[in-house]
Amino acid sequence: MKLVTAVIKPHKWEEVRAALEAFGVTGMTVSEVSGYGRQKGHTEVYRGAEYDIALVPKIRIEIVVDDDDVEDVSGIVVKAAQTGRIGDGKVWVSPVDTVVRVRTGDRDEAAI
Amino acid sequence: MDGYYAWMIVATALVLMMTTPGLALFYGGMTRAKSVLNMMMMSYIAMAIVGIIYVLWGWSMSFGGDGTFFASPFELFGLKGVSTDNYIYVMFQLTFAVITCALISGAIADRVKLSAWIVFLPLWVTLSYFPLAHMVFSCTDAALICTKIGAQDYAGGTAVHINAGVAGLVLALIIGKRVGFKRDPMRPHNLPLTMVGAGLLWVGWYGFNVGSIVFGDDWSTEEGAAANLEQFFSETGRTFTNTTLATMAAILGWLLIERLLHGRATTLGAASGIVAGLVAITPAAGAVDVVGAIAIGAIAGGVCAFAVGLKFKFNLDDSLDVVGVHLVGGVVGTVLIGLFSTSEGAGGIDGLFYGGGFGSLGDQTLGALVAIAWAGVFTAIIGFAIKYTMGWRVDEEDEVNDGIDLAQHGESAYDFASLGGGGGHGIPSAVAQADAEARGVNA
Repeated sequence: MKLVTAVIKPHKWEEVRAALEAFGVTGMTVSEVSGYGRQKGHTEVYRGAEYDIALVPKIRIEIVVDDDDVEDVSGIVVKAAQTGRIGDGKVWVSPVDTVVRVRTGDRDEAAI
Repeated sequence: MDGYYAWMIVATALVLMMTTPGLALFYGGMTRAKSVLNMMMMSYIAMAIVGIIYVLWGWSMSFGGDGTFFASPFELFGLKGVSTDNYIYVMFQLTFAVITCALISGAIADRVKLSAWIVFLPLWVTLSYFPLAHMVFSCTDAALICTKIGAQDYAGGTAVHINAGVAGLVLALIIGKRVGFKRDPMRPHNLPLTMVGAGLLWVGWYGFNVGSIVFGDDWSTEEGAAANLEQFFSETGRTFTNTTLATMAAILGWLLIERLLHGRATTLGAASGIVAGLVAITPAAGAVDVVGAIAIGAIAGGVCAFAVGLKFKFNLDDSLDVVGVHLVGGVVGTVLIGLFSTSEGAGGIDGLFYGGGFGSLGDQTLGALVAIAWAGVFTAIIGFAIKYTMGWRVDEEDEVNDGIDLAQHGESAYDFASLGGGGGHGIPSAVAQADAEARGVNA
């Protein structure tokens, strides 16, 4: 099992979700986060005063998937979230030891 | 008289609206999210305290008799002996005292104890506002600015805006900078509030300026009443028109300078231009013609747009630019009367550009200087007195961490957590809904 974590532009969230559902992903955890990458935020000017706004709002998606689906799922996210401009985000995959479904106590693959 | 009286009831309510909620929104939107309630509260508290002081000795000190600087605070104490027929004029002037005090709060945002503000208000309105209101508005035989100097100030460029602007400057110096000034981002947290506030100020300002008409004749005689009625028709049209056009020109003036200096025309610039234009036309509303009003508005918008940047050079934390907008705008409007005043206007004086020579320019400049000096001296006395007794500042810990709203009022303006997220970062409701659907499918 693997945990696919994606940080994407907020306005791409609906497209990513639709693409994942079409593939058969039945659940995910989504949170509103902020951060920055190489683009280092942006500047805003208020009454002549320039402010460096380091943190940019993003959506973070977390999905636990079977090993077989990792490539497909991460590929779907990248494809749906891509605009080709700076700040599109990142997708990374990490190993997961154990998963338990709280309602039934099902473990691992049965719990995904 | 009937129409005038009805208009004064409306005008008074309009000026009340300028402070609450107009100014409170205008300022509230410009502060950080953790300080917006305290910022708005400073206006609401000013309304409550200054309003009560006004009927106790404010009206008496300003309009209760003659005097070079002020009248007796005891003559009409508690409106004793004032006919209820005249109460609406008392209420109209009350709203001026309130907003003048509330204006100051923008210079000292995010860092002042509510108790210090509550002590400051009665002292400052008594020592700085009531005297200047007497010198400018009462026009008694001895009144310094209106009669002795002969400076024109239709609705309070000196007594209101220069007065509040100087007070903001002096207090910002005495109280000191916010922790992290120039280091931390302190950008406005909600510009739509500021835009709404600026719009309410603009509408309310018609009460402020157009309601400030002073009649030349006696209403009780038939000829006098006829002359007054004629003045009412012509002068309110002039002041309403000038107020409108100067404000429009100031928006454009501010945006032009902003575009040239910083590359963008901003909504905050438009909102600020509105206020700068209104400030500058306040003293000049009756004195100038349409061209003069447009010129004064455009100049004020441009000059103030430039002036608000200076605080960073001087390392002065005038947080919401009370100096850059009200002091600078007030001086611009007051002094430019000396150039653009026309003898067809309410004061009957020609300025430099209308063939009147330098006389008016000198009077206007002197009037502005008297207001600056008076407000500077008395604000400094009160400011230092509070600094070395009860102290002005909230604890640094409260200012930096949770913010002044929580520390002083035990409240926070926005409840992000209830939107569905945790840790103070709510998921936008649309996302939260979709998330709930996804979880429903999953379960």
